[in-house]
Amino acid sequence: MRQRRLLTHNIVSTNSQTVWLFVVPGLLLVLLLGLPLLALFLRAFTSDFLTYALSETALAALKLSLVTSLISVIISLLVGTPLAYILARWDFPGRAALELLVDLPVVLPPSVAGLALLIAFGRQGIFGIWLAAIGISLPFTTAAVVIAQTFVSAPLFVRSARIGFAGIDPQLEEAAHVEGATQWQLFSQVMFPLAGRALISGAILAWTRALGEFGATILFAGNLEGTTQTMPLAIYLGFERNLNVAVVLSVVLVLVSIILLGVMRKLDKEQPK
Amino acid sequence: MKLHIIIFLTLALLLLLGACGNPAPTISPINETAGAPLPVHTAASDIASTATPEPKTLTVFAAASLTNAFSDIGKAFEAANPGVNVKFNFGGSQALRTQIEQGAQADVFASANTREMDALVTDGLVPADSAKIFLTNQLVVILPAKNPAGLSTLADLSKPGLKLVLAAKEVPVGNYALQVLDKLDAVLNTGYKNKVLANVVSYENDVKQVVAKILLGEADAGIVYLSDTITAPDLIKIVIPSENNVVARYPLAALSHAKNSALAQAFIAYVMSADGQTILHKWGFLPVN
Repeated sequence: MRQRRLLTHNIVSTNSQTVWLFVVPGLLLVLLLGLPLLALFLRAFTSDFLTYALSETALAALKLSLVTSLISVIISLLVGTPLAYILARWDFPGRAALELLVDLPVVLPPSVAGLALLIAFGRQGIFGIWLAAIGISLPFTTAAVVIAQTFVSAPLFVRSARIGFAGIDPQLEEAAHVEGATQWQLFSQVMFPLAGRALISGAILAWTRALGEFGATILFAGNLEGTTQTMPLAIYLGFERNLNVAVVLSVVLVLVSIILLGVMRKLDKEQPK
Repeated sequence: MKLHIIIFLTLALLLLLGACGNPAPTISPINETAGAPLPVHTAASDIASTATPEPKTLTVFAAASLTNAFSDIGKAFEAANPGVNVKFNFGGSQALRTQIEQGAQADVFASANTREMDALVTDGLVPADSAKIFLTNQLVVILPAKNPAGLSTLADLSKPGLKLVLAAKEVPVGNYALQVLDKLDAVLNTGYKNKVLANVVSYENDVKQVVAKILLGEADAGIVYLSDTITAPDLIKIVIPSENNVVARYPLAALSHAKNSALAQAFIAYVMSADGQTILHKWGFLPVN
């Protein structure tokens, strides 16, 4: 910490002219990122904030968003943790391809994700036909919202968890093997506790992504208040109905995101070592 | 020396930022005639159009239901007026109206209902009494080619357990659909409208989304414009009798702040002309009278 401060000071004093090289472009980006959010807050708090925030549409959307995103995070934890562990600690043919597949949804446009989900698991979808045969139809259901959110957010969790598992000293693993530990014992008693922070920060990242999911949801799950209309969908439609509702809902979503990111940063800072 | 370059670059950047800031921000992706979504209206295109004294680019915001017909009209208008480039932004009329209110640069607005046009007149963005009705449209019920729910009459729409897709009530076609359901409610048994609405599984953002959900076979029925069925001949139609139907009247107007109002007026005249009306008719729209 002390060292870093000295270093910064050093740059400033030796060549103050080139400081602008960093400050000006950096400031431009800060303005680009900050001004829209500032405008959102200014606009929201001059209008009748609570009336809109507590409206039936807003509350239904908030509740649905919180419930679906929490379920999708739990799913990510349950199925993503083993996958992240496999990717981080095991060596097998095709691992690189599997990593690519898991990373892909992070960079895919959500509309592509939504279309792919619809074509795969829709009622007339390639695999959806099998589901339909046993009486399950996913599109337009809350389950479809959870699937869309998991599709786009689980990869973020897996990525973080994988890095967490990979960062553990291999000697610990060897020691456990020498002691005769099974894979499960190694995972549950050594790896899981050591990677805990990476798992939690990955889960929070996935949660914020799931909360913000829009494109895949509107294509795969449609838009019905109380069933599939999450916060981002309500904001998009509210924009056309009443801008104030959209602005207020946006601010609520920004606040929730700030809290989640704040918790994540705190966890990162508290990390021992 | 290095410092000068940095200062120059910074100033250039700030200028560019100012240039983007000047014309009000465009929120919408603007579709090229072909229909491929393109985020046009970047700083570059704004600078290019202000640099030329006579802008030859016409920006038309048009209701989603007009996508095919106006794309054709755009090509024909370009062919008739060499050097002119027509750009389209297709979407729900209510979304386009909001975009224009928020400062999107458009020359011509074609709405699927008079409500959105009237709102722009009230805002002072369209001169009063300048909007012309240029076509009419009617509604129809569409079913997937396989007709998974085995529907055949309008009364069938109230059968419990159906998956029905409508446009949101803010979208013109969604509002028209509610009017049709009101009329049917009066002639069919009471409670018809509520039973039908209980079957709605999604309220879409524009009419094309409703058509897409039916084309994919994901929903059992949807209510769209008659003109939408031209591009989807495989779909099964349930005709709504004209006494229970609505007449959707589409208004067209040049915006008060159109960059080239002469060109905008020429485009409107073309849409109203026999050539323009023929193209509209080809795409399933009905004449004004």
